[in-house]
Amino acid sequence: MTQEEKIKQELSENFPFLKDAIIIKRERRIFLDVAIEQCSEVFDYLVKNMQFNKLSAITGLDEGDSLAVIYHLSRDGATLFNLRTRLSRDNPSINSVTPYFSSADIYERELMDLLGIKVIGLPEGHRYPLADDWPKDDFPLRKDWKSKENTPGHKGLASTRSAQEGQNA
Amino acid sequence: MHDSGDIKIPIGPQHPALKEPESFLVTLHGEKITAFNVKIGYNHRGIEKACEERTYIQDVYLVERVCGICSHSHSTCFVQAVEEIAGIELPARAKYIRTIIAELERIHSHLLWLGVAGHEVGFDTLLMYAWRDREVVMDILALLTGNRVNYGINTIGGVRRDIKTENIQEVLKGMDILEERTKYYIGVAQGESTLIKRLSGVGKLSYEDAVRLGAVGPTARASGIERDVRHDDPYAAYSEVTFKVITDKHCDVYGRTVVRLKELLECYSIIRQLLKKLPEGPVTIKAPRKIPQGEAVSRYEAPRGEDLHYVRSNGTEKPDRVKIRPPTLANIQAVSHMLQDSYLADLPIVIAAIDPCFSCTDRMVALKSQHSRKKDVVLWEKLRLDGIAWHRKQGSDFSALNKKLAKNLER
Repeated sequence: MTQEEKIKQELSENFPFLKDAIIIKRERRIFLDVAIEQCSEVFDYLVKNMQFNKLSAITGLDEGDSLAVIYHLSRDGATLFNLRTRLSRDNPSINSVTPYFSSADIYERELMDLLGIKVIGLPEGHRYPLADDWPKDDFPLRKDWKSKENTPGHKGLASTRSAQEGQNA
Repeated sequence: MHDSGDIKIPIGPQHPALKEPESFLVTLHGEKITAFNVKIGYNHRGIEKACEERTYIQDVYLVERVCGICSHSHSTCFVQAVEEIAGIELPARAKYIRTIIAELERIHSHLLWLGVAGHEVGFDTLLMYAWRDREVVMDILALLTGNRVNYGINTIGGVRRDIKTENIQEVLKGMDILEERTKYYIGVAQGESTLIKRLSGVGKLSYEDAVRLGAVGPTARASGIERDVRHDDPYAAYSEVTFKVITDKHCDVYGRTVVRLKELLECYSIIRQLLKKLPEGPVTIKAPRKIPQGEAVSRYEAPRGEDLHYVRSNGTEKPDRVKIRPPTLANIQAVSHMLQDSYLADLPIVIAAIDPCFSCTDRMVALKSQHSRKKDVVLWEKLRLDGIAWHRKQGSDFSALNKKLAKNLER
């Protein structure tokens, strides 16, 4: 039995409802879609009981009907487990994983800034990666995003500058 | 603030000592750093969003420009993901060429780092030496790809340039020169007491902390973590060569220096092995313009550590989502930890020791704009004129002076 199959077996023994959802895409790549209600539970098990001790990244996606978050967890530097959960578009929110990985901080700020996903339990901090004058309710990675009147640089570089000068005067 | 004796010093985002815009707020008690706050994002260019609006082929070139140093890392990582989705099996020769360029890039990056590190600790002779030697590898890269940086060698389904037989000898000669030089540097690192004393115990990161904070690349390996994507999750031609994953137990800036120097020796060995058994055959196969629906995660050991790209396709010729997680983003937490309770004077070298690249880290927001629907490309000349006009408004007008200068030159 391969490494990936062992992971699949162990996980489906503990979470029977996941049996058909775990997909081994290829060697060292496992994908799993899980409902938001079970996400924390599965995440906790992977980290605490299955030695997935590195969070390689968090990807946020706009899938049209819903938003999605993928946690890319790795183990022994090799097997990459991609845990995906979907969030409603109207009120997307998810629990922070910073209690497990403090390095998640910056990835979660990206989710907030670029996709407008609320991350519950994320410590206070600077916004990332957008500029301080970027409107709070403008999420550029959403598919329906369009540059608006108050988007910095909307009318080009010169207009942003003259607007700033107006403020300073 | 003054009651407790703590002083807060803002450094950046624009600062003469910084090579890229980033902002640090350092809280000092005496000379010791008690808190370190990082704010990044000043280099955010909207590359991820821009990728969604361009075709896969255009994206290869865009992604290559995420970083000026590990450009090949990003383009390889991206095309690997696309090739996986499309089910393209690369010709062997293409895999070898990609790997050779990847290792040449690592040599260039590590030598560049060595120079920067020397400079940050006031050892400028090392900077001059290392950067002179780096020219050897830059010339080789220019010889093989036509470019010193942004090699433009990758394409979906292979590489765009073949390695000519007559050039192999040149490359091997370069490797011999660099190997000799690297051995000299290792000698310096092991014998030069000023360098050892300056770097030892600085920027400590224990094994446990490196694991907990998710450090990658030489930063992690210098804390004893045996983690290298080339070895753990082999891509391109790495499964066909033998090399050691260099680790070190010093857990400080000195260890990071040793790891990078020893890795250079591995690079030379990998390149020699690859050139020796470079297979014959085509260097590219035809890839479809439209990539079938799917998703893939690709990993790559960039000179600074693990680079990760997630690509999702929707059956059209443009990707649905491209996510880039460059190595510096993974190491940034570790830096804050290393600086805790260290001296202000160590700050430059500790930051430099992860070999940060904030240009990579802040990838992403292209602005569409000006009333027309044209893409917002601000030409250099316009930017310059804008700048001059802005300064003139602020009261700095040099036009009279410039005229005088021009007149004097005419005479």
